[in-house]
Amino acid sequence: MAKLLLSTLEAIPGATITKHLGLVQGSSVRAKHMGRDLMAGLKNMVGGELKGYTELLQETRDEAIARMEAEAEAIGANAVLNVRLSTASITSGAAEVFAYGAAVVLAQARS
Amino acid sequence: MGLLIQLGIFAALLALGFLAGSRAERKHYASIREREAALRHILLVPVRRAPTRSPCRAQLVCGSVVIGMDYFKMTVAAFVNILGGRINAYETLVERARREAILRMKENAAALGGSHIFNVKFSTTNLRGQNNQQSGCVEVVAYGTALLPVRLEAGN
Repeated sequence: MAKLLLSTLEAIPGATITKHLGLVQGSSVRAKHMGRDLMAGLKNMVGGELKGYTELLQETRDEAIARMEAEAEAIGANAVLNVRLSTASITSGAAEVFAYGAAVVLAQARS
Repeated sequence: MGLLIQLGIFAALLALGFLAGSRAERKHYASIREREAALRHILLVPVRRAPTRSPCRAQLVCGSVVIGMDYFKMTVAAFVNILGGRINAYETLVERARREAILRMKENAAALGGSHIFNVKFSTTNLRGQNNQQSGCVEVVAYGTALLPVRLEAGN
């Protein structure tokens, strides 16, 4: 397993957990520039998807997950199980995404 | 005079919100129903442990969307909030967002070749707008684990 494995499951079929390394986490706070906020405000008058914000939160989430992965790799894990994501609105136009999970060392079970 | 202009702007926004908002909602629901029918073969299994022992590749899949309410609904919701009771405007907003997020997660899984998504979790957040007021936009994230089959010759 070269790449870090991320999963919301507690156990991966066909693999056993050989070591628990504790909780790893990553978070990121981002904001869009004024223009995007303005456009979103206008779009909010007529309703519908706010693509700018969807994008913003997706980028923020990717960043948070990347930071969690970096932390897991630094302590020698090869998988993060039971991953949870949570979003919080910090102030206007800025959002925090928090990702956390259990860092473990997985070994492929031999059958 | 100033009051009249203000009332006019309010009425125009209300009308715009009502017309554009209900049109957008109808179109969105139609698109949701169509894509839900197309992606029905991907199953969501909200269990914490996958009911299989055979080795497979686990992959985090995720779908998210931010949906805003229109001006008309926001006004109606504000009034209903005073009287109490069901706020239909919010109900449809959150429902649309959640179904859309599920669809995007399913599309993500389908692109990877997965057929089941395990341990699906949701997170819903109310985003705050300018001046820290409630902006009536909601973000929903749906995420889970897609188990992908591994080729046997590639194992070990």
